[in-house]
Amino acid sequence: MTVAVVQFGGSNCDRDTVRALTALGIDARRVWHDDGLPPETTGVVLPGGFSYGDYLRAGAMAARSPVVEAVREAAAAGTPVLGICNGAQVGCEAGLTPGVFTVNRSARFRCEHVHLRVENADTPWTAGYEPGEVLRFPIAHGEGRFELSADRLSALADDDRVLFRYCDENGRVVDAANPNGSTGNVAGLLGERDTVAVLMPHPERATLGDIGSTDGRALLRAFV
Amino acid sequence: MSEYTATVTVRLKAGVHDPEAETTRRALERLGFDLSALRAADQFELDLDAESAESARERATEMTERLLANPTIHDHDIEVEPR
Repeated sequence: MTVAVVQFGGSNCDRDTVRALTALGIDARRVWHDDGLPPETTGVVLPGGFSYGDYLRAGAMAARSPVVEAVREAAAAGTPVLGICNGAQVGCEAGLTPGVFTVNRSARFRCEHVHLRVENADTPWTAGYEPGEVLRFPIAHGEGRFELSADRLSALADDDRVLFRYCDENGRVVDAANPNGSTGNVAGLLGERDTVAVLMPHPERATLGDIGSTDGRALLRAFV
Repeated sequence: MSEYTATVTVRLKAGVHDPEAETTRRALERLGFDLSALRAADQFELDLDAESAESARERATEMTERLLANPTIHDHDIEVEPR
């Protein structure tokens, strides 16, 4: 039972993710993308970073690499797959989740803690939270603005596939709490199966407590 | 087989905000220029050998749809010229 944390050239959160999962007692290891998924893989993380230098569009190159074909098959078979930050960009580019994460509305890189409201607590990723609970996670991205047409976002919300929205500390989903201009303040969403999720904020940086939050622990426990 | 160049232009769909273009527009205004809008686009030139211009266009279209553009936010045009 192993969570494969897929490392591309330019990934830089792969070690942090393995460390966070290991601290929760979850067996995890880094897997170089070109080596493919090991047969014992029971979960996949697409970690943060700048795969392929964000050439063309963030996540575009990694999304079309052979290992992501294997991740797509694993996801279709029910294996939990989590894309974090650059991994979320890869997940959307690969079509594991709808929409796209593109340049922040401010055109600036944002590196800070934000508040997230749990929109759907009935998923493997959010079962440890209460509906509407307000979490504190760090973000660090220049291309985190979620874009999806209003119609498609509305359909996604109706299907309970919006996982988290940026909110203020009181849980109000307002423009002032939206760090990147994401449509509908969307910070994380589900794929066609609820075992597939992507989010721009970093749960692995909110696990060990040494940088100010442990709110990400419950999310990563989906891999237990 | 003949040689063609397919020029693919990828731009954001109308209504999708482009912060980089907006920043560029503001910089032009700071330099004293007057303009009402600025749109940016990516252009790719693909040199390829094909049986016909139509076949070159089909291949360039497939490349665009598979990688060069993201249909969620982009529109594209393709022009094919003999090389």
